[in-house]
Amino acid sequence: MLLLAPTALALGALTVYPGAWVLWLSLQHRIPIFGVARFAGLDNFTFLSVDARFWSAAHTTAVFTVASVALEVVLGVGAALAIHTQRRGRAVALSFLLLAWAMPAVVAAKLFEWLYHPVAGLINVALGRHALNWLGDPAIALAAVTLADVWRTMPFVAILCYARLLAIPPDLYEAAQVDGAGRLATLTRITLPLLGRILLLAVLFRTLDALRAFDIMFVLTGGGPANTTETLTVYAYRALFQTLQLGFGSALSVVVFALVMVVAWAYLRLLRAGSVAA
Amino acid sequence: MRPATRTLADVVVIAALAAYAIPFFWQLLTSFKPEAELLRIPPLLPSRLTLSHYRVVLEQSLMPRALLNSLGIATLTTTVALVVGLPGAYAVARRPVPGKRWLLLAIVASTAFPQIATVSPLYLLMRGLDLRDTWTGLVLVHASFALPLTVWLLAGFIREIPIEAEEAASVDGAGLVKTFRWVVVPLLAPGLASTALLTFLFSWNEFLFAYTFTVSEASRTIPVALALFPGVFEVPWGDIAAASMLASLPPVLIVVALQRFLVRGLVAGAVKE
Repeated sequence: MLLLAPTALALGALTVYPGAWVLWLSLQHRIPIFGVARFAGLDNFTFLSVDARFWSAAHTTAVFTVASVALEVVLGVGAALAIHTQRRGRAVALSFLLLAWAMPAVVAAKLFEWLYHPVAGLINVALGRHALNWLGDPAIALAAVTLADVWRTMPFVAILCYARLLAIPPDLYEAAQVDGAGRLATLTRITLPLLGRILLLAVLFRTLDALRAFDIMFVLTGGGPANTTETLTVYAYRALFQTLQLGFGSALSVVVFALVMVVAWAYLRLLRAGSVAA
Repeated sequence: MRPATRTLADVVVIAALAAYAIPFFWQLLTSFKPEAELLRIPPLLPSRLTLSHYRVVLEQSLMPRALLNSLGIATLTTTVALVVGLPGAYAVARRPVPGKRWLLLAIVASTAFPQIATVSPLYLLMRGLDLRDTWTGLVLVHASFALPLTVWLLAGFIREIPIEAEEAASVDGAGLVKTFRWVVVPLLAPGLASTALLTFLFSWNEFLFAYTFTVSEASRTIPVALALFPGVFEVPWGDIAAASMLASLPPVLIVVALQRFLVRGLVAGAVKE
């Protein structure tokens, strides 16, 4: 019991206590620069329910999360399968992937800001004359941000899948070969089903991260152009520290928190159901 | 497949993944490009390479200071998280703790905790305790935020150690502390390394807290300094490229030199039940 004391203390003081505090803050009108601090009940949440900017941010968050996680899964499984076929050079191949994963999100944002440069960006140069204003055009800015995020986080999915592939006993493949299963059948009947559980876990972690994502859009676009890349976290941050509405911003944070918890809970139930069936 | 086809397939995979890392290599190249050639492509390759951007970043910006801050904060965070988390992880892995199920659930739940959810109260706390602009403040916050994952990973690695080793030690009359010091820790070394690397990277890369809890330029960490890299009239792309490369130096070194530990930690974090 004593062994757990430091951990419990640290978590209590810097996670649980602030967690309770943010709930309390979200029930207040609190704007320090005007000396406003009074109890507001559920006012902040009532306002959110009719706040168009909130619904737009929620929509952006949903699109960003679904699109980035879907792309990561497809590319990640592909990369894992590709590396798994290699006889030599696996460590080098993994290094290229891990390089992207280990970067700070801020660095990834700077790399892509430069790639997206309207005149000198590598992407527009590759596209020839169809120069696009990636980060300035409301129609494509969210796609540009999503792509930058996928680049940095897909390797996580790939590495988990790759580790799972390594654990599949080779005789399973030999047996399939003896039974005359072709490559496609082996992939769809053996490999992909065996990846199922680890993929579910990878999707869980990535969904939680995507819902919480902040750095990449904050640095790349700051939520612009025309708020098209403003997710719930960016909206919360702007409310908290740019317009200094501590109460209202905290209400937004609470929504993000609740969303993350609901998704985590749903996935864990799914996982448990899966493991009972398997 | 014939050997030649095999080799070709290997080469194709490596080439494809190298292409995946182009955003990084392009920035690396940019950081050595002469200023006048930055916005002029094609040609893709510069006529000569220059260190001038690195000179500007190292001599005229606060980047060296930010590097020092990040190095100090990430190292201390890792130390604190390991020292605080190790006994907890041991208890979770080996001791019958009342309410263990709930405890584990709480640990898992807190790894899902979004930073944005605690940033406002922590800001008030930091301001109240006068910890803004200090290493102490960020180390405390980073360490507590990394702690659930640290405990989770370490508990998994401790379970992999055969319990017989500990039992033998205790039969030989070694107490808990001695067993821990001379049996558990040496066997745990690779797991400790994996956990330490992931904690270090988390702290090195962390932006939201570091951005919110610093006011003065001199106390910025590397991601903050990079995000707010100053430009006078136009964006100094070359200098930013050089600064990005400096910010990626520890992650790159870790990936290249300590890949094995990194992958082990990553996989363990997801798979341990």
